[in-house]
Amino acid sequence: MPKQLEVRNVETHAPTLVERNTAVQTDDLHAWFDRLHALRGITLSVPERQVTAIIGPSGCGKSTFLRCLNRMHELVPSARVSGVVRVHERDIYAPGVDPVLVRRRVGMVFQKPNPFPTMNIYDNVAAGVRLAGERDRRRLDEVVERSLRAAALWEEVKDRLHKPGTSLSGGQQQRLCIARALAVSPEVLLMDEPASALDPAATLRIEELARELAKEITIVIVTHNMQQAARVSDVTGFFLAGQLVEFGSTTGMFTRPIDKRTEDYITGRFG
Amino acid sequence: MTRGAFERDLRQLNEGVVRMGERAGEAIHGAVEALRARDVAAAERIIAEDDAIDALHMDLEQRCMRLLATQQPMAGDLRTIASVFAITIDLERMADHAEGISRAVKRLAAEPLVKPLVDIPQMDEILQGMIRDALMAFQMENADLARQTAAQDDAIDRLRNRVLHDMLEIMIHDPQTVPRALELLIVARHLERAADHVTNICERIVYIVTGELRELNV
Repeated sequence: MPKQLEVRNVETHAPTLVERNTAVQTDDLHAWFDRLHALRGITLSVPERQVTAIIGPSGCGKSTFLRCLNRMHELVPSARVSGVVRVHERDIYAPGVDPVLVRRRVGMVFQKPNPFPTMNIYDNVAAGVRLAGERDRRRLDEVVERSLRAAALWEEVKDRLHKPGTSLSGGQQQRLCIARALAVSPEVLLMDEPASALDPAATLRIEELARELAKEITIVIVTHNMQQAARVSDVTGFFLAGQLVEFGSTTGMFTRPIDKRTEDYITGRFG
Repeated sequence: MTRGAFERDLRQLNEGVVRMGERAGEAIHGAVEALRARDVAAAERIIAEDDAIDALHMDLEQRCMRLLATQQPMAGDLRTIASVFAITIDLERMADHAEGISRAVKRLAAEPLVKPLVDIPQMDEILQGMIRDALMAFQMENADLARQTAAQDDAIDRLRNRVLHDMLEIMIHDPQTVPRALELLIVARHLERAADHVTNICERIVYIVTGELRELNV
């Protein structure tokens, strides 16, 4: 069902409501690490098949927010979550929901590429599908090729699928991890600083890939790199001290932020 | 995180715009004074001066490019730098109008004026006020002052129309005056165009301050 996403109108300065399907909706989302109140009531709608960037200084809660969207936050001992997270209308924290299945619907790519070290390229990509019970070799072949193509890695590795994943360059390893995440056909892909360990050329490939993937799935990307957020995303949220300060179209955010704190942060005057 | 070097560069960029604006304003005023005094030497100096203003323009443009390339400015900083690009083009054109008036002064040097100068010095006076206020609005990031300044363009247009009307009358009564009357029309046209450039600059100032880019005086 289409939800309304608030996007600031660049012409009139006034918020207007734009019809968009919502992929992820959070309502009054709070998160704690022990007594540290890391997220303080985040309510926002992530639009479907768009790239949403989350920016903010270190410790603002942006990675925690991301990890709440696929129930990874609760893997930390003493971590707690309250509030609602719906992925395509389904409450992922509802009783009886299997977090493993949530993580299949909402995949994640981390800062440092982390291919399974003992597995070859093929097995890295196939791992998730195999865990889900797929044994048919032909179907696995199809999934591996489709995922590697989607991650723009197929041409580079198709002749060495049985080499270790760790034999690839950093940028290739990151795309391998993206292929691995895509193999289980997620609805949403979370990317936590996916290019911060990569050189500029590999970074641009990941950014291009994120844009390309957003034609099919919803992407939420956390980044410290303001230019990256500006280049890659349609919508941007600025977090500060566990709160969402501003959320709206990326163009508006980077040419005319409304909140003084957003302006100070993106112009590099604090952070 | 502070951006000391960047803020210093931005400040210097703004100072450069003000300096260039003052030079362009002085050139126009000097050209009108040269017309009043029939001073060909002064007109020559203003024509020669144009190269120096062009050099200021190039220098400011290069500084903008360097800041864009090295600092990846965002939000208000981005609006300022993008606007300085546009503002310096307008200032450079204004200086070209001063040169145009000076060339008319040279062509008119040997002959009497077709009438005493009244409206043209008044146009210059209003224009000088507009330039001063626009540069002030730029320095103080004052969008209201920029809007008020642009509104004065109407007075310049009215005077220009009066010059046009007067010159037509003179030319109809005495066709001998046509070449000299046309020169004064050209001068009035240069002043009117210079004021239009000030209006453009005011639009950029409003954009820097508010993020809204729209035409003033439509």
